[in-house]
Amino acid sequence: MADAFTLQRRRRAIHGWLLLAPSLVMLTAFAFYPSAATLWASLFSRGTRRRPAEFIGLENYGRLFDDPTFWLVATNNLLYAGVTIPLSIALALVMALWADARIPARSFVRTAYFTPTVLPMIAAANLWLFFYTPGFGVLDRIGGLFGAASVNWLGQPETALWAVSAVTVWKEAGFFMIFYLAALQTIPPDLREAAAIEGAGRWTYTRRVVLPLLMPTTLFILVNAMINSVKLIDHLFILTRGGPSDASKLILYYVWENAFAFFDRPAAAAMTVLVLAGLGTLAALQFLVIDRRTHYR
Amino acid sequence: MPEPQPAPGTAPAPTSTPGDAPADLPVDAPFVEAAGLTRQWNGAGGVADVSLAIPRGGFVSILGPSGCGKSTLLRLLAGLETPQAGSIRIDGRDMTHAPAAARGLSMVFQSYALFPHLSVAENILFGMRVRRAPRAERAARLAEAVAMLGLEGLERRRPAELSGGQRQRVALARAVVSGHPLCLMDEPLSNLDAKLRHSVRRDIKALQRRLGLTVVYVTHDQTEAMSLSDIVVLMRAGRVEQIAPPAALYAAPVSIFAAEFVGEPPMAMVQGAALGMPGRVVGIRPEKLRLAAPGAGDLTGRVVDVEFLGAGSRVVIEHAAARGLVASVAGAAGLAPGTEIGLCLPEDDRVLFDALTGRAERGPQQDRGAQDRQTGPRDGRKAPSPQPPEPQQSNL
Repeated sequence: MADAFTLQRRRRAIHGWLLLAPSLVMLTAFAFYPSAATLWASLFSRGTRRRPAEFIGLENYGRLFDDPTFWLVATNNLLYAGVTIPLSIALALVMALWADARIPARSFVRTAYFTPTVLPMIAAANLWLFFYTPGFGVLDRIGGLFGAASVNWLGQPETALWAVSAVTVWKEAGFFMIFYLAALQTIPPDLREAAAIEGAGRWTYTRRVVLPLLMPTTLFILVNAMINSVKLIDHLFILTRGGPSDASKLILYYVWENAFAFFDRPAAAAMTVLVLAGLGTLAALQFLVIDRRTHYR
Repeated sequence: MPEPQPAPGTAPAPTSTPGDAPADLPVDAPFVEAAGLTRQWNGAGGVADVSLAIPRGGFVSILGPSGCGKSTLLRLLAGLETPQAGSIRIDGRDMTHAPAAARGLSMVFQSYALFPHLSVAENILFGMRVRRAPRAERAARLAEAVAMLGLEGLERRRPAELSGGQRQRVALARAVVSGHPLCLMDEPLSNLDAKLRHSVRRDIKALQRRLGLTVVYVTHDQTEAMSLSDIVVLMRAGRVEQIAPPAALYAAPVSIFAAEFVGEPPMAMVQGAALGMPGRVVGIRPEKLRLAAPGAGDLTGRVVDVEFLGAGSRVVIEHAAARGLVASVAGAAGLAPGTEIGLCLPEDDRVLFDALTGRAERGPQQDRGAQDRQTGPRDGRKAPSPQPPEPQQSNL
């Protein structure tokens, strides 16, 4: 009796592990192992042929904290996130509400909004390079019509970061809009009618019913936007290469530079670990704090 | 219980055109009046030229098969749909183009349309919060509505944490708390199981009486319509087929369609030729059909099936010139399927229809329903009390 019971349990356990195995293997190979290896590598010195790498503890981190460029890059990234996350989400929401309403050429509007997402980031960056180019770029041409002086958007430290942020917002808003559009379509039209009968106007309905019901989507988008604010650096390679004088350099770009331009792997590893820790903390906070106040159906 | 309070700004002051409506008349004047309402999509569906009058405190069902336009009619009354032609007057004021919120009505949706992110209390008070009612008043009205519908202890739950019946009651509470004298209900029971439907049906009726509400109730279930309402508006393909109190609708249907839509089981139809009345169709209610020995009686049919229901049985009978022949008999019928059986259609209980048009012909037996036919609800509701009359016996 007890034997059969144990056997049954063991069989269930084996089943469970078998079902887990594929994702476990993939995640281990492509996420867990690289993270652990990076953490491990960040604790060793930079090895050369003469002097092999040796364990130096947290020295790499100390070196990083003494590097003013690291702090500049971190500040840049915070500003970049602080601008692109709220702007792209707000823009996505407005576009979704607009594209969900009964307007003429609705599918054209939706497609138009979604187009930037389909474009590869490199192509988008080339497009914007043409917008930003001083002298004959679109922005300068338009500015010229109104008598404004030529501005080198990407070439001066004051504007470079914002010019790069604008491309990201433009690129991401359409993608996020799709999520909002999908969520809006799951809201039953009855609710609007019930609210209308209760005397709620369009704005009240949006604020009291639509926005709360979109909260799960907003949370999802927020996490994505946050990750993208660290991850999305392709356009830097085309637009500014982090310049001028590091004004538009972001953390991941700096990691790449350290690893593949300066060949300082341990510094890159240390920075990666810091980024991972920061992102992990933020994601945990989001899911624990906001999740609790979010309604899930 | 307080009397139904008119919504803020909807004081029952009829727009008195001089010499048209004396101040004491509104009790008698219809509370809701629709004239020539038309709303169609590309010339099809919807409703066409519908007129009806609903007395204050009345319980009116809009009955019909699916797609007959009954929901469209309700949405027109609610202001969720704009008519292409015709007019709507509520409480003596022209509301044809008024927005839904200005009409002083509440609505219970088929899906209940509860806000999923709000608690029961917040759902019930949604309208009052939108109108910025003071906190004390909100609390008082909430307590009242919650007690009335037996929702105590559920105030903080979300709709997802409620059973179907509880959600239904929250929707009703939301309608009650608004204090509007007119309540529109769109198939409110169709998402409940049969047993619950029965008890909620009674609750709705009790609530309507207690608050003196005027209710317009859309349903495709004739049992619901017959048992609940003072007046039934039977619709067919976007038009009104018949407006009558349940008893009159049952006894004197104006058409074959009405006769076959109402009653469970519905009226049986016999080709007139089989009864020596060519050019006509003869209708007979199951409880009027008498069984006799084979050969005796007006027709001889064959028993197809006997359904034993406890107090009585239904004998389903087949005859070449008839459809839907069912006889309700007391006790167990004791008839085997396949038995030949004689049928008597008493002269007085026959309802005659024109075989070509399908319209009823006036027979002497139809006099009691005749004054109700197509003349709107003038069913003796002259009393100024908001109480509806006693429910009529509908022989179901």
